[in-house]
Amino acid sequence: MRLDFDPARPIYLQIVDEIRRAVARGELAPGDRIPSLRELAQHAGVNPNTVQRAFQEMERMQLTETLRGQGTFIRGDPDLVARLRAEMARDALGAFLREMFSLGYTAGDIRRLVDAALDEQTKRGDAGAE
Amino acid sequence: MPVPNSTYIVEIDGLHKTYFRTRALNGIDLKLERGRIFGLLGPNGSGKSTLLKTIAGLVRPTSGRVLVDGQKPSAATRALVAYLPETDHLYPWMTVRETLDFVSAFYADWEAPRAAALLAFMELDAARRVGELSRGQRARLKLVLALSRSAPLVLLDEPLSGIDPPSRARIIRAVVGEYRLGEQTIILSTHQVKEAEGVFDRVVFLREGRVALCETAENLRAAHGCSVQDLWERVYG
Repeated sequence: MRLDFDPARPIYLQIVDEIRRAVARGELAPGDRIPSLRELAQHAGVNPNTVQRAFQEMERMQLTETLRGQGTFIRGDPDLVARLRAEMARDALGAFLREMFSLGYTAGDIRRLVDAALDEQTKRGDAGAE
Repeated sequence: MPVPNSTYIVEIDGLHKTYFRTRALNGIDLKLERGRIFGLLGPNGSGKSTLLKTIAGLVRPTSGRVLVDGQKPSAATRALVAYLPETDHLYPWMTVRETLDFVSAFYADWEAPRAAALLAFMELDAARRVGELSRGQRARLKLVLALSRSAPLVLLDEPLSGIDPPSRARIIRAVVGEYRLGEQTIILSTHQVKEAEGVFDRVVFLREGRVALCETAENLRAAHGCSVQDLWERVYG
């Protein structure tokens, strides 16, 4: 797990996002154990209280479950990956739309620009590439 | 009668400290909760060391009140406080092992297994003489001494200052790794804000012997959309 923090956002949210992203991408699967609070804190050089807050948030979001004496695991929920991907897609779209509207584009403009950009990508044959 | 075991491990009201004609602390009011890691930030001469020494019971306030665990600083509170001074106080003729043995004899809460684990983590050779250690190695040894006690309050005065970046990273990882969640309070003074950015629950900015800002690090990041390092530049720039 890569933890290169953006200093301008609360660190606990960045830890949560990093785990969500890892699950959405399939790097962590439901039922996988995640590093312990102490391991994560020491690895990232981050305050254990901050990591604890991230753990509480992930539990609240039903992303993880803690089994007494065994550690913290990605919830063994078969719909979890689909749910996370949908949530993250919604977040990404929301951020994109806010930015476009703030630049003065209308809904019609945005649709046309997105279509044109997708066509361009298909033409170059790299649709879906990173 | 002060109430022990209050929410706050340290309570300071109207603290002034004057050395001859120099005002080191100029009216500090501060309450520090238990179980948190505090960053004490400020340029040289802002009063960080004097404040830590006052909490440690090594400096007497000129006026104002300081309570540690509900009591005035005394021999009793010194047993609750592990203090890492900024100055180099180690004897160069002792070996690392002798230094640990010597210091451990002063404290009932010394934990030998923890000291051994920290020594290994800090990659220090117990047989070496302190006088032969590099500056970074001596800084790491000082940290081993401060973290090998199970004291509820740990004061680290500039543990990152004047040492190489790998030693700084290792010191930060040791502080975080040894930290007892919910039990221990650490006050770490530094002007190396960037390296320690992720370590603090709350930061206290000092300027000219006064508290310029006291806020949780996560709130600062959320409210200002910038790092504690950037805020430092705004407060002192």
